[in-house]
Amino acid sequence: MEKNIVLTESRFQDPDAAFRLIIEAHRDLDEDESQNLNAKLVLILANHIGDIDVLKAAVELAKK
Amino acid sequence: MALRKIVFQYAYRRSPDQSALTPVHHPVIIIGAGPVGLALAVDLAQRQVPVVLLDDADRIGEGSRAICFAKKTLEVFDRLGCADPMLEKGVRWSVGRVFQGDSELYQFDLLPEGGHKMPAFINLQQYYVEKHLVDRADQLPLIDIRWRNRLISIVQHDDHAAITVETPDGPYELTTDWLVACDGARSPSRSMLDLDFTGEVFEDQFLIADVKMTADFPVERWFWFEPPFHSGQSALLHKQPDDIWRIDLQLGRDANAEKERRPEQVIPRIRRMLGHENFELEWVSIYKFQCRRLDKFIHNRVIFAGDSAHQVSPFGARGANSGVQDAENLGWKLALVIKGQARQELIASYALERSEAADENIRNSTRSTDFLAPHSQAEKRMRNAVLSLARHTGFAKRMVNSGRLSVASAYHESPLSTVDSEIWEAGLSPGQPIADCPLFDPSGKAVFLGDCLGSDFTLLHGPAIDPPELLGLSNLRIGQGGFEDVQNLVALRYALPDHGGYLIRPDGHVAARFKTLTTIALQLALRRASGE
Repeated sequence: MEKNIVLTESRFQDPDAAFRLIIEAHRDLDEDESQNLNAKLVLILANHIGDIDVLKAAVELAKK
Repeated sequence: MALRKIVFQYAYRRSPDQSALTPVHHPVIIIGAGPVGLALAVDLAQRQVPVVLLDDADRIGEGSRAICFAKKTLEVFDRLGCADPMLEKGVRWSVGRVFQGDSELYQFDLLPEGGHKMPAFINLQQYYVEKHLVDRADQLPLIDIRWRNRLISIVQHDDHAAITVETPDGPYELTTDWLVACDGARSPSRSMLDLDFTGEVFEDQFLIADVKMTADFPVERWFWFEPPFHSGQSALLHKQPDDIWRIDLQLGRDANAEKERRPEQVIPRIRRMLGHENFELEWVSIYKFQCRRLDKFIHNRVIFAGDSAHQVSPFGARGANSGVQDAENLGWKLALVIKGQARQELIASYALERSEAADENIRNSTRSTDFLAPHSQAEKRMRNAVLSLARHTGFAKRMVNSGRLSVASAYHESPLSTVDSEIWEAGLSPGQPIADCPLFDPSGKAVFLGDCLGSDFTLLHGPAIDPPELLGLSNLRIGQGGFEDVQNLVALRYALPDHGGYLIRPDGHVAARFKTLTTIALQLALRRASGE
């Protein structure tokens, strides 16, 4: 596999805003709802990327 | 349990072989008169190869078992001369609906494109399929079906196999060049050779029941995730002929199979699903999903085909359909080798090609099983996230997996295929199954492409070339002076240029294709496709 197939340098102009957006989505959710939200987000973003090699690299990175 | 059953009864007859002083030799002996063994027997006989077919029972009809027969299988049965009564009896369908709880997630259509002679699927009880195959076999004098002939031993030799067969008149011996074991998932032949399956057995148990009732449900495949009538599990409802309905209910890991198959347990479950009690139980079975195969399909002179070689879970209709495709792949190869027209190596390609198909079926089947029966809470959460998103996004609909239904396998790795030497942007690549198309024959009659192929190799070619006669191929000329591509579908599906040609195998797979056909290239491709 190519090196750095999943981009790890900062991509957002305002990373704080991106993180905050995710956090706010979870605010006021209980544990169960929060996990469901994460599951859906993973699927939506994976499909948006639409590249099985990037997804594979992302899974490997997340499991490190 | 007193269940209603349709049974076709056949009679044991003593064979002259049983009185012979030394074991009688036959070129091919097939074990098992199921859909796979019968299809292979008919195919071989149509190719002028005599066949002995042994079955340990003398009747057909112990439950519906396989019910979905796919387009490719129907094309095979059509070539074998027995599709018409099946099409007449079978229930045609192509639409499926998937529900979660009591609301619909989405629906799908399996045959959105027209121009095929055969429907995407028919539903027909396995016993009817077997009966029509037996009827066809009975018309062919080269087939000798011996009921109540049970295989009890196999001895392998370098150039033949010797077997012992038990009958009501006692045992007798036979020898054969090729023994084809089509004796099912619990194959006695496999045990006799001491061979094991490798693969996965899943823990979840499923109840499968056929019920008789008159109902207004449409002729569609209905699948529920977490239905309101069967909490937390999955369910399937599908129509068969004679007002029989197939019901599958997921029971989970801890269900007690003995208890669950009793009518007093089954009937209330089905009553909750249907909302009434106006049905009769026809057949009940409890099973676990298995996705397993033999490492090698050929062991010297014994060849395994169908469930004896590989087993999959039932939700993709990949069991009987892949078994019939095994038979189709093997038939022409065995016939050429037995008639001395091809070298024995051709048979080895059966194992390669059908192993690739088995792996594809097992992969699909395993993925479906994992979706239906998640292994952990976390997996279930992801699964349910897909279901939830499927209500309003296209991508998630495509991830919902209630069984990926059988389509004909392509042989990407086949040693019989000639690799393209030109760039093709469209069309069917070597190893792929051909696509049917409507045509007008030279006299103006409406026909289908699949009906116009020869029984051996066929050259499908454009109008600008005169194909070489010397190769003894069947020719199918498209365009001027030949068949008319009435709906322009040959152009679309094959991208066939005027000077081009497709070499099509006897089993309807592409062996080679050429944009500019030459005799020498065709000759080489034909030799390669014949195992040389």
